[in-house]
Amino acid sequence: MSIKKTSLNNLHIKYGAKLVEFAGYQMPIQYKDGIIQEHKYTRSHSGIFDVSHMGQLFISGGDDLTNDLEKIFPADLKKLKTNQSKYSFLMNNKGGIQDDLIITKTSDGFLIILNAACKYNDYEVIKFKLDNQYKLNLDESLSLIALQGPEAKNVLNKVIPGCDSLKFMNGNNYVYKNEKVYITRSGYTGEDGFEISIKHSKAETFVESLIENGSKLIGLGARDTLRMEAGLCLYGNDLDNDTSPIEANLKWAIPKSRIETEFVGSEVLKNQFQSGVKKLRVGIKPDSKVIARGNTKIYNDKNQEIGKVTSGTFGPSVEHPIAMGYVDNSYSTVNTKIFLEVRGKKIPANICNLPFYKKNYVKGEINV
Amino acid sequence: MSEVKYSKEHEWIKLDGEEATIGITKHATEMLGDIVFAELPEKGSNVDKDGTAGVVESTKAASDVYTPVSGEVIDTNQMIVDDPSKINEDPEESAWFFKLKIKDKSEMDSLMSKEEYEKFAKETSA
Repeated sequence: MSIKKTSLNNLHIKYGAKLVEFAGYQMPIQYKDGIIQEHKYTRSHSGIFDVSHMGQLFISGGDDLTNDLEKIFPADLKKLKTNQSKYSFLMNNKGGIQDDLIITKTSDGFLIILNAACKYNDYEVIKFKLDNQYKLNLDESLSLIALQGPEAKNVLNKVIPGCDSLKFMNGNNYVYKNEKVYITRSGYTGEDGFEISIKHSKAETFVESLIENGSKLIGLGARDTLRMEAGLCLYGNDLDNDTSPIEANLKWAIPKSRIETEFVGSEVLKNQFQSGVKKLRVGIKPDSKVIARGNTKIYNDKNQEIGKVTSGTFGPSVEHPIAMGYVDNSYSTVNTKIFLEVRGKKIPANICNLPFYKKNYVKGEINV
Repeated sequence: MSEVKYSKEHEWIKLDGEEATIGITKHATEMLGDIVFAELPEKGSNVDKDGTAGVVESTKAASDVYTPVSGEVIDTNQMIVDDPSKINEDPEESAWFFKLKIKDKSEMDSLMSKEEYEKFAKETSA
């Protein structure tokens, strides 16, 4: 299969992107400024992310759609108002996460934003589970652009007036150059921000106008350091088929009203709610400057293996190495001393609260 | 008179008599991106030609640093441990990694000249 390019490919090249293959797409890992500068620019001003590789699945048709989707997703879709969004999961029968996603109620159905590497499989799974009764459209005529950072609302409002009135996890229709765009207030950086779904043909001019208003293109490298500081999971690293939302410490995303109801994986989740879990996702802060990457083994003070790091990097805003991973639940309490095996040495570290970087809307607050 | 040579692992080595100063090339730092961590060999330890003698990490990944010649580590550059971003700023001068008292000067012979290295770097990154 040939590598796909997004509608912003020429723009990435124009702004000096280093391109890499990611989930079948040619994507920018970084631009000329480099990951640290891009990361900091997003936290202090605003950054533009091409996330067009992600799936935009529209589902419509039929009065029972909400009911039938609740049999698949553990979200409270009946209570969802039009244009409101919720974070949820596609799970297997064992409660393992097949994908993490955002569901938004639209005027005639639902829009689900899917991870790039999972989208085709998700489409088949959802279609099969809905028994072919509804209209599913994994729309590949749309680009998806994220604009993140404290200046995001000012920048976007200059290009598409009125969008600053959107509330967090809410969306609406707007018009840009005579074309309909759908904007939600959401993101993946720990900053205020928006995601804009726009026709491919308008994406390049739209992004150029964001740049003219003071924003900068940001690559996948900084997207990763930003989401890690914000304590957010990356599917494939921190979440997978063998990990449930409870184990992933994402219990907050399963509403109480749904615990007693049926959905794919509900029995396992109900059991985990009652009896607890063996492993739990935690934040990890190494004592020294050593970075523990994904797959680093975690030990207790008796040299017994108790878990594994799933994501780790140097946090440019917290100016310290950060990591997250899974440990045996008895070691998941904050300030528990653990040891990370890096290049044969046991590096002392502590279990810590997530996120590492907490946005205080008056000024940035650092949690390391 | 000092002699500067380059390795295929993108280290530079400057030889003054029996004392060699070793670091990573500007080309290497450009491939790595922002460097956020550096680990150096212990002073007094012995390192062997082409063996691991340190680590650098960027925001993206970790890379080993190799020594292009054998010898005893007589000095290490604490500045780059304290502030690894100096490696991006001045890789071939002040941000050297370690100094060796070399064992065998003939180990220098297999290394590349500046011109040879520049050609090599261009070819391998294309």
